[in-house]
Amino acid sequence: MDNLTEIRWHGRGGQGAKTAALLFGEAAMSLGQHIQAFPEYGPERMGAPVQSFNRISPEPITLHCGVTNPDIVVVLDPTLIATVDVFQGLDKGDSIIINTEKAPGEIEEELNIKGMGIKIYTVDASGISKAEIGRDIPNTPMLGALVKIYGKLNIEHVLEDMKKKLEKKFRSKPEVIDGNIRAIKRAYEEVKS
Amino acid sequence: MADKKLTVARTGNEAMAEAMRQINPDVVAAYPITPATEIAQIFAGFVADGLVDTEFVTVESEHSAMSATIGAAAAGGRCMTATSSQGLMLMAEMLPIASALRLPIVMPEVNRTISAPINIHCDHSDTMFVRDSGWMQVYCEDAQEAYDSVLMGIKIAEKVRLPMIVSTDGFIISHCMANMDLIDDRDVKDYIGKYKPQTWLLNPEKKITIGCLDLQDYYFEHKMVAIDAMRNAKSVIKECCEEFGEKFGRKYGFFDTYKMEDAEVAILAMGSLAGTAKVVVDNMRKTGRKAGLIKMRVFRPFPADELARAVSGLKALAIMDRSDAMSGLEGPLAVETKAALYDSAGKPKIHSYVYGLGGRDVQISEIENVYKDICDFAQAKKKFGENVTYLGVRE
Repeated sequence: MDNLTEIRWHGRGGQGAKTAALLFGEAAMSLGQHIQAFPEYGPERMGAPVQSFNRISPEPITLHCGVTNPDIVVVLDPTLIATVDVFQGLDKGDSIIINTEKAPGEIEEELNIKGMGIKIYTVDASGISKAEIGRDIPNTPMLGALVKIYGKLNIEHVLEDMKKKLEKKFRSKPEVIDGNIRAIKRAYEEVKS
Repeated sequence: MADKKLTVARTGNEAMAEAMRQINPDVVAAYPITPATEIAQIFAGFVADGLVDTEFVTVESEHSAMSATIGAAAAGGRCMTATSSQGLMLMAEMLPIASALRLPIVMPEVNRTISAPINIHCDHSDTMFVRDSGWMQVYCEDAQEAYDSVLMGIKIAEKVRLPMIVSTDGFIISHCMANMDLIDDRDVKDYIGKYKPQTWLLNPEKKITIGCLDLQDYYFEHKMVAIDAMRNAKSVIKECCEEFGEKFGRKYGFFDTYKMEDAEVAILAMGSLAGTAKVVVDNMRKTGRKAGLIKMRVFRPFPADELARAVSGLKALAIMDRSDAMSGLEGPLAVETKAALYDSAGKPKIHSYVYGLGGRDVQISEIENVYKDICDFAQAKKKFGENVTYLGVRE
């Protein structure tokens, strides 16, 4: 299990944290990885804090317990930081990616977490989403940022795979497909460390 | 056939629905209940898309779902339904009727605890509640095993002529997407073959009465036929598992063993926990402890002799139940395993655990502690005050 990567997504009900975990899992699977993607289930309310999870490994995964010590955390909504402990279970050397206009340094100062050794990354996924898709749906751009930080998946392959999936889902709305692909690519390129 | 391998990412519910699509049952009657709803919902999509020839019956309750399924199966159809928790309990009145009438219904089930308090998460209380209903029961570790077990289930049920429940752990497996291999549609069709019922309602060649009054003079003999069928099911299950392994490369048994060859201590568990426990076995082996795992799959019929052989020679065994029968005894898996070992000469020391009620998560470290405790127990360094340890419950 040494090559196992565990990821936790934080979002609000309706923001697509579950979908993002599923899409990321499927993309990794189609590139030959073993994956798990699962949401945390509870009362489902629009806007309430929600979590979802990924496990990725080159070897088969038989773990079925909850993810308590993720290697990477993805935060779809920066307002969650004030109400949810998004850093829970992160250790020195682990990474967190936050959807915000702010630079990683600003976040570090605001939260006073400089000495913790957690790598902080930021990307304006909401801004990218509004520009490329026309709506604030930060989950697909954050997926692009995650591909960059995870570092073991080829972005071109991920984009190809994603395009195929989106084509199935949005057959009648080609503009949504292209917008999403551009958003994923931009977030991959624009994520800041 | 193995070269036609198609690897996909599917949740447990999607995997079971996919198996149902490939089986293409004559009739499916179903009623929604979390976390099993998706199985019938996805299948209803296959019906709407014309991918199956199934008569899909939307009913007003699970009692009706099982009643309609029984009726259709008695009429000679290959029939399925799916449910969970309270839904299974509402079916309870009809379940022994399906088995006594010898109807080979296969029912995907998603393990969820039972009320009260209301809780939608996993434990095995629901299927354990109906363990004496004459249905065969198979508990699955993951989506792949659930898919394979539903396909094997059709074959086993139709040969044995008893119904079967195939279950996955609610949410943990039912809603977890993971890699799995699908079998080609045509290969599934060839494997399960055409259903040929021995007889059926309204068969002018062989007129029968089903469900009639049967008092002191014959009830016992008729019941005995069903009892014998369950006893004889073991040989059919063994054969079908072997055939499936040869055809499709994935081998299953009444239970699967992990690193048991030289094990001195082991855990006996069912469902998804067994997967996590495999990782713990590896960790234990690194610390020099000879740990093993037995993953129980087929709980009905209970493979008593095989299990007794598998644990003989162990110094200590931890039996982990994801339900408590409120009997004042251990959980059902522990009670039945102990009964199976009563006459066994090489039986190990046994301690039983109840874990994960209402979906309580069990982490690697907790299973590690179970192994460490039974290692000490084996060497008489530890004594347990009670016959059951309730793992992870707050006092």
